Amino acid sequence: MGRVVITGAGTINPLGQSVPQTLEAMREGRCGIGQLELRDVDRLAVRIGGQVKGFEAEQHFNRQQLALYDRFTQFTLIAAREAIAQAGLEFSGELAASSGVVLGTAGGGVSTWDENYRTVYEEGKNRVHPFVVPKLMNNAAASHVSMEYNLKGPSFTVSTACASSNHAMAQAFQMVRLGMSRVMVTGGSESMLCFGGVKAWEGLRVMSRDACRPFSANRNGMVQGEGAGVFVFEDYDHARARGAEILAEVVGFAMTSDAADIVMPSKQGAARAMAGALRDAGVAGEQVGYINAHGTGTLANDKTECAAVADVFGPHADRLMISSTKSMHGHLIGGTGAVELLACIMAVRDGVIAPTIGYEEPDPECALDVVPNAAREAEVDVALSNAFAFGGLNAVLALRRI
Amino acid sequence: MEMTNVRDRVIRIIAEQAVLEPSDIRPEATLDELGIDSLGVVESIFAIEEAFDISVPFNANEPQASDFDISSVDTIVAGIERLIAEQHG
Repeated sequence: MGRVVITGAGTINPLGQSVPQTLEAMREGRCGIGQLELRDVDRLAVRIGGQVKGFEAEQHFNRQQLALYDRFTQFTLIAAREAIAQAGLEFSGELAASSGVVLGTAGGGVSTWDENYRTVYEEGKNRVHPFVVPKLMNNAAASHVSMEYNLKGPSFTVSTACASSNHAMAQAFQMVRLGMSRVMVTGGSESMLCFGGVKAWEGLRVMSRDACRPFSANRNGMVQGEGAGVFVFEDYDHARARGAEILAEVVGFAMTSDAADIVMPSKQGAARAMAGALRDAGVAGEQVGYINAHGTGTLANDKTECAAVADVFGPHADRLMISSTKSMHGHLIGGTGAVELLACIMAVRDGVIAPTIGYEEPDPECALDVVPNAAREAEVDVALSNAFAFGGLNAVLALRRI
Repeated sequence: MEMTNVRDRVIRIIAEQAVLEPSDIRPEATLDELGIDSLGVVESIFAIEEAFDISVPFNANEPQASDFDISSVDTIVAGIERLIAEQHG
């Protein structure tokens, strides 16, 4: 099997509208969560979120593109532009024919659904814009990336709630590793910070009304975010031959299903996914210096995840660092694993560990080094990125310094 | 509704879709000549329906089947004038 490396990264999220801005915010432990600015916010009980602010779609896209691009597609295209520019690849001929794009999203064009339901239900109109379907479909973002960059190989969208991006990137990794494609564009995007999108989450009663404080004893729930992360996964020899800058190596992944409960997490499912990723990567637990936690800030996730880490790593669990960057950018749902992979790249490449901010009180059930409140410098060989979705679908990726 | 005004408004909608100036839209031009593809046709029809509060009987699967003739700017304007008369007359 071939080796797979990351040669491009791009993002837009509540912490920044590029990778350098995002990593700087993570290093500084900045919080991108604030008061939601959206229509009918006064009818919401949950009024905070990680919104992408100061983003003007009109500056990036023309009128015809805007008619077709939901916000989740806009985010994807912004992130893809940065990633593919960094990789320095042009897709033509045989490379184009085998290169594709696999992206994750949980909801797709949620605000397009929301706006058009308003039109027909609230305003009682009987006519909607003809592009509603091509705009809201979950694969719209992947398709527009394929068209923009001439990617003619395997392209599709993966939807596994909060693990969508990790499942998508695992697919892309597998395709490059097996030699199906030399290059795959992958990651994920989400944009459901509209009235209906927030109201739906509010219904579950797992949302915090003040802050996301993963692992802290006084944590009181998750906070939604929005944005995208996109990467270029490339065959190692291909990248070396063209002298590309390599950000990190993707060394393994695993996927498991709890087969237990539609919302409650399972320690065994999470542990099997982490252990499986180590096995697939051929690395020992002791080599792992950092885990980017799923770390949603809910009571159930954080203690279950910590218990799973303790099971998998034994005594080494007390020596590794584990942080949840959701404390800064919120939970990007189907896009979250992609943005969080940036923290893993920063750990192995730059030796900077992003913190868990908002950490106020130790919780004996989360007694690990959660890198509270301030980033830290440390040499890390291997990092894991955890994603444990509603529905019990787990996906863990392993990155290694190169 | 003032019918000469209808022509100007239809031409503005078509021009916007074609990314042209209204003065560049010849009455005998076909949508194809103006570079408007099938998605552009349905978007133009939506804009026309919104602008004149009419319903245009057009199915993209059988564009010739309805009475609404989209073969040129002129036939579109004539069709819309007729629909306005029928639906608001």
